Amino acid sequence: MGWTRKILRVDLSNGTCKSEPLNMEWAQQYLGQRGLATKYFVEEVDPKVDPLAPANKMIMATGPLTGTPASTGGRYSVITKGALTGAIACSNSGGYFGAELKFAGWDMIIFEGKSAKPVYLSIEDDKVELRDAAHLWGKTVWQTEEIIKKSHQDPQVRVCSIGRAGENGVMYACIVNDLHRAAGRSGVGTVMGSKNLKAVAVRGTKGAGAIKNPKAFMLAAAAAKKVLADNAVTGQGLPTYGTQVLMNVINEMGALPTRNHRDVQFEDARKISAEAMHEKRPTDGKAHLVTNAACFGCTIACGRISKIDETHFSVVNKPQYWGASGGLEYEAAWALGAANGVGDLEALQYANLICNEDGFDPITFGATVAAAMELYDLGILTKEQIGLEAPFGSAQALVALAEMLISGEGFGKDLALGSARMCAKYGRPELSMGVKKQEFPAYDSRGIQGMGLAYATSNRGACHLRGYTVASEVLGIPVKTDPLVTEGKADLVKAFQDATSVFDSAGVCVFTTFAWTLADLQPQLDAACDGDWTMEKLALVGERIWNMERLFNNAAGFTAKDDDLPPRLKTEPAKTGPAKGLVNGIDKMRPEYYKVRGWNPEGVPSKETLSRLGL
Amino acid sequence: MQKSLHIDPNKCTGCLQCEMACSFENYGVFNIAKSRIKVFNFEHEGRMVPYTCTQCAEAWCMTACPVDAIRIDAATGAKIVHEDVCVGCKVCTIACPFGTINYVADSGKVQKCDLCGGDPACATACPTGAITYVDADWAGLEKMRLWAGKTDTQPRASA
Repeated sequence: MGWTRKILRVDLSNGTCKSEPLNMEWAQQYLGQRGLATKYFVEEVDPKVDPLAPANKMIMATGPLTGTPASTGGRYSVITKGALTGAIACSNSGGYFGAELKFAGWDMIIFEGKSAKPVYLSIEDDKVELRDAAHLWGKTVWQTEEIIKKSHQDPQVRVCSIGRAGENGVMYACIVNDLHRAAGRSGVGTVMGSKNLKAVAVRGTKGAGAIKNPKAFMLAAAAAKKVLADNAVTGQGLPTYGTQVLMNVINEMGALPTRNHRDVQFEDARKISAEAMHEKRPTDGKAHLVTNAACFGCTIACGRISKIDETHFSVVNKPQYWGASGGLEYEAAWALGAANGVGDLEALQYANLICNEDGFDPITFGATVAAAMELYDLGILTKEQIGLEAPFGSAQALVALAEMLISGEGFGKDLALGSARMCAKYGRPELSMGVKKQEFPAYDSRGIQGMGLAYATSNRGACHLRGYTVASEVLGIPVKTDPLVTEGKADLVKAFQDATSVFDSAGVCVFTTFAWTLADLQPQLDAACDGDWTMEKLALVGERIWNMERLFNNAAGFTAKDDDLPPRLKTEPAKTGPAKGLVNGIDKMRPEYYKVRGWNPEGVPSKETLSRLGL
Repeated sequence: MQKSLHIDPNKCTGCLQCEMACSFENYGVFNIAKSRIKVFNFEHEGRMVPYTCTQCAEAWCMTACPVDAIRIDAATGAKIVHEDVCVGCKVCTIACPFGTINYVADSGKVQKCDLCGGDPACATACPTGAITYVDADWAGLEKMRLWAGKTDTQPRASA
């Protein structure tokens, strides 16, 4: 079966929780997690809804492989209309929470309405109730987990929650589970906060036993684990260096966005790289990195657990930050570091800890700081307005701005808007480096052309996780393509987007795709899930999910004009590196992509395409 | 040769594949709540530690049992709970100094690691070698080998 066949509907306005059978017809068409929850979402929610209105809904969903021994099978996703973007949002998280939700017997939770006062949802298998969260409101994510575990008298309970960022309407708040894993992007935590929902606490003892053919499944899962172990990226690079293995690689490619994308290479990249995390610090003789760590079921274990330098200015007299904790991962290290020109590893880790502790997206936060630093550099923002000097490269400014965001004081209010709204407020909207109001991640599309198209057409705004053509253009997975040309990228982006939609709907981590193709996932799904899950069916499911998300965005008011990059990437050539002299060729790639997708020149799926996909 | 489970916490990533394998081997389900091996995460130290029964030579659980429900498997040396005899009195859970024998409300009996009859599923499932099944008399062999490798006995070139 794969699915528990049960969903939990929580009406926050009326304070009710009820169990419903899962729509198995939809499960056959949309698989689970991202696909299936989005199907529920688009069927139930008006695309024009204000993301922060009670009429918006929020779904936490597992996939059929969540809670199974399939490698990385512990994922869950949060689906809603994003606060930051106003587009369909789907943020995926690891840790242990997703598997626990499955073990409690639920495929997904649909939250609707808005609670009159702060509440949290408590789940112990079938026993489900909304509980008062007055004592948790105003608390950080870390405090919230601790308080709930203590009050439930159960250290095995798993918690996801919002921190003060989500409570205070920071537009890019996350939902954090297991202390430092997050459904990070698009402001899904902001939506949770708008509903007065502080946390979800789950304890599941039923397990995920409903596997169609357990013996065949164990064999398929074991074979797929071997593929991961034997692969250089998933077997060696990621466990040893984490995603941070990319810092020096991408910098040498001339694709490391630096100082709000003014530059494409960062002179201090080495200082904030994986290699630097392994080196002993001169101050205390210890390495930044303590160990690697895995999410539930993961045989890759790319996670980083580090200890900050206790003598660093950011944490002097703050012992609560001295213990081992999550980070740095590549995206956060880039956004808090290179994007702002800050080369102080410890300052980045401190800012990253604050992001985890109070639940906000380090990518959007870092990119918003970068935009603020550029506005400061141009004299549009002054020292008085910001409250301190904020030149590019200032670790002091980065640290102070992170604290300011959480205090909600002064300039923190502007930072809470994200770069698009902040830059618009100060009359320079073009300085926001993103798409659909969501900031770019750590790859400059002048040096990796396909990523420009992937960003522009990503259904949740700029993102590396919808179509990671970096795999092909940089790492040669599954085939090497030239990062500096636009030819062939429309097909490449579509292929990555459709395949990723399947992985995101299965319950496994997209990082498996460094080694796996759909052919490695398919036997696991086929053994676990009711029905015949062929390669052809999965390919169609992936494309169907992508088009369903697109239709929602179109109905929400997005058009082809929103599938575009900021002018800087189209008019200001890369200054250094292999891509020197290049801009991104998005205007050439976009029409090709629409054609490959079977969409009209306005980016609307044709009748033939929709009918082929059963939409 | 008797073998025993050997745990190297430094290699553990906290993935819980061992717990899943244990529940599948013993109950045919994927459910870590039924696992006889548990991984503890000391978050603030950055340490993950798998822990289960060490099969004490002088097993206090076995000594304490009033109905002789816990017996030695001659082949593996494992102390096995015989469910048809166990009355669920839980005295063994008090006697065990390590907490590795536990009561199961569903069955009304206790459960503990039985070494899977000599092919422990947790060791097979562990992706990092944090859990291995080795010669019981030489559980320290790998650690010895690592330290041996650090011993410099070669004559040095003159400075």
